[in-house]
Amino acid sequence: MRARDTDWDGVRLHVVTGKGGTGKTTVAAALALALAAGGRKVLLVEVEGRQGIAQVFDLPPLPYEERRIAVAPGGGDVHALSIDPEEAMLDYLEMFYGMRRAGKALTKMGIVDFATTIAPGFRDVLVTGKTTEAVRRKSKDGRRIYDAVVLDAPPTGRITRFLNVTNEVAGLARVGPIKNHADLVNGVVASPETAVHFVTLLEEMPVQETLDGLAELTAAGLPPGGIFTNMVRESLLPDSVLDAAAGGRFDPAELALGLKAAGLADGASDATAVAEALAEEIVEHARRTALEQRERESLDASGRPRYELPLLADGVDLAGLYELAESIRNQGAA
Amino acid sequence: MSERSGGHRDVPVLDLDAIIDDPGTRIIVCCGSGGVGKTTTAAALGLRAAERGRAAVVLTVDPARRLAQSMGLTELDNVPRPVEDVTGDGTLHAMMLDMKRTFDEIIEAHADPERARQILTNPFYQSLSSSFSGTQEYMAMEKLGQLRRSGEWDLIIVDTPPSRSALDFLDAPERLGRFLDGRLIRVLTAPAKAGGRSAFKLFNAGFGLIAGAMTKLLGAQVLKDLQTFVSALDAVFGGFRARAEQTYRLLQAPGTAFVVVAAPERDAMREASYFVERLAEERMPLAGVVINRVHRSPAEGLSAARSAAAAEELESRGGHDLAAAVLRLHTGRMQLAAREHREREHFVTAHPTVPVAEVPAMWEDVHDLEGLRQIGKLLATQ
Repeated sequence: MRARDTDWDGVRLHVVTGKGGTGKTTVAAALALALAAGGRKVLLVEVEGRQGIAQVFDLPPLPYEERRIAVAPGGGDVHALSIDPEEAMLDYLEMFYGMRRAGKALTKMGIVDFATTIAPGFRDVLVTGKTTEAVRRKSKDGRRIYDAVVLDAPPTGRITRFLNVTNEVAGLARVGPIKNHADLVNGVVASPETAVHFVTLLEEMPVQETLDGLAELTAAGLPPGGIFTNMVRESLLPDSVLDAAAGGRFDPAELALGLKAAGLADGASDATAVAEALAEEIVEHARRTALEQRERESLDASGRPRYELPLLADGVDLAGLYELAESIRNQGAA
Repeated sequence: MSERSGGHRDVPVLDLDAIIDDPGTRIIVCCGSGGVGKTTTAAALGLRAAERGRAAVVLTVDPARRLAQSMGLTELDNVPRPVEDVTGDGTLHAMMLDMKRTFDEIIEAHADPERARQILTNPFYQSLSSSFSGTQEYMAMEKLGQLRRSGEWDLIIVDTPPSRSALDFLDAPERLGRFLDGRLIRVLTAPAKAGGRSAFKLFNAGFGLIAGAMTKLLGAQVLKDLQTFVSALDAVFGGFRARAEQTYRLLQAPGTAFVVVAAPERDAMREASYFVERLAEERMPLAGVVINRVHRSPAEGLSAARSAAAAEELESRGGHDLAAAVLRLHTGRMQLAAREHREREHFVTAHPTVPVAEVPAMWEDVHDLEGLRQIGKLLATQ
């Protein structure tokens, strides 16, 4: 075990959700790297068949198989798994009943299509079942195979239904094997071993969805985790300048002098024109910054730990992923 | 304008006013991945169309309260509600899809009261009709068909569900067909049908194995519920499927325009590419692509490189701290714009004939009708 404390010691299943476009998969990947740092073994799981993990790590599409995809800083491995519901169904049949052949026959007949069409709760229970199996899996000497599992989960609007499998299948199966399986899954998902993290941007709609999602999750008795505010832009201007600019007041005269000093303008009138154009940019920036501050405050009112991840200037590449992982570690989230 | 500033090639421009002004345009479908402003685009187009004289209705599947509020509605429900304060001769209605209610109505319309009751109270039906995946696509298409058949509106604007893949709705009729013709459903309904012999014959060899597996997997009670449900639904589905196919053909008709909505980011543009290709495969009429949230700068003449160099110069010399900070900020802005431009160029290279419209990023979300009006203007002014 590690010497340093993190906010999520004892958590083995990190579920990462977020509204579309907030960078949920990127944050899940960076969190997996951060958790693996210093010699640990982490499994990163995706469930929606989008091959988002492969894209983020710049790899060919992942098969339905756990394989090592990255090495964490200071040693440690990130493994990845792209869960295919059909394959998860076959696993399930084999693991619990030793019936792989019958399972294949069912698949051929369109059982999975059927299950997703008629009862999506079944699909979710298979997918979460496979994930929680990886969390519980132990080696011969009784130690857990993975120190942590990170799940790149469905978006905020669906997360509670997705995780609340017992409830979802309760109407369908009050007794029987599916119910038992759902209870097993629930034993992990609703326990202190799990934390559901939300990824958001500092914008109105994603923040509102995050707060709604948190409330729904808590009401369902599922364990909320932290809030990751993603793609945060650094503000370089002093507060006094920002405050004035947010009110539409920014004097371009001083700026024009600076531009001239930097050799950016051919003459006084040119400097003034550029300064005025930049002033417009500053006012907009200041208004946005003020809005972001308000969004931060609404998120903080939820009482959840919050982490800020920077907007990467060059977009998300492998180097950027390691940068985010480091930021996650520095803030104590892993 | 045939070429945008900073562009290197001619990109056909998406003229949305021409589309909404054309009385032949009866349906506009906004599609794209989640979080790109699809619903806002649909609402803004609806408002603009109404203010230019159309009798428009916006059908949304997105439960964003703010959007309802921006149209002055306290809530969106399964019936089109009039939007007040629309200027001009046209009208605007808005509604949000209630998928369970839409589904219930179909069952009630297609089944006798006894059978309808059987279906509506079955646990499988309740799971199916209130879950998010799949059903929403079917029901959005069903509602679209209903609105079109009602003849009350001359323009219907719909945004597609924020599903795992925004394309699922195109598969709805086919999936439904596959499901109905599927061997599984025949096996399930076989014991209940008088003429079930043929199904048994088909599966003679494997049937015992499969029935055994199903029972083990699902449990006997679940299997029984499922069989009851499937046989009750069997009669209803025929009509349902015919309607889905009708709506699918409606989407291919010349009165329909697909607008793919994207943001200038890799994932969203990749999804947009996929969508454009998929629409072509399905022979669905694509109007063009809207790229939302494009970052521009009022000081575009000052490049990122020059701005960065000047900031560095000022920083090393000391003195003009504010100017240096402003130049750093501007550098970041120009870098972002350049990255977005590259994403757009990738798309344009792959799809050189697809018309494109761009909407600049706003510093805040839309809160009222005036905000929607602004977006509509930006959409139309390219």
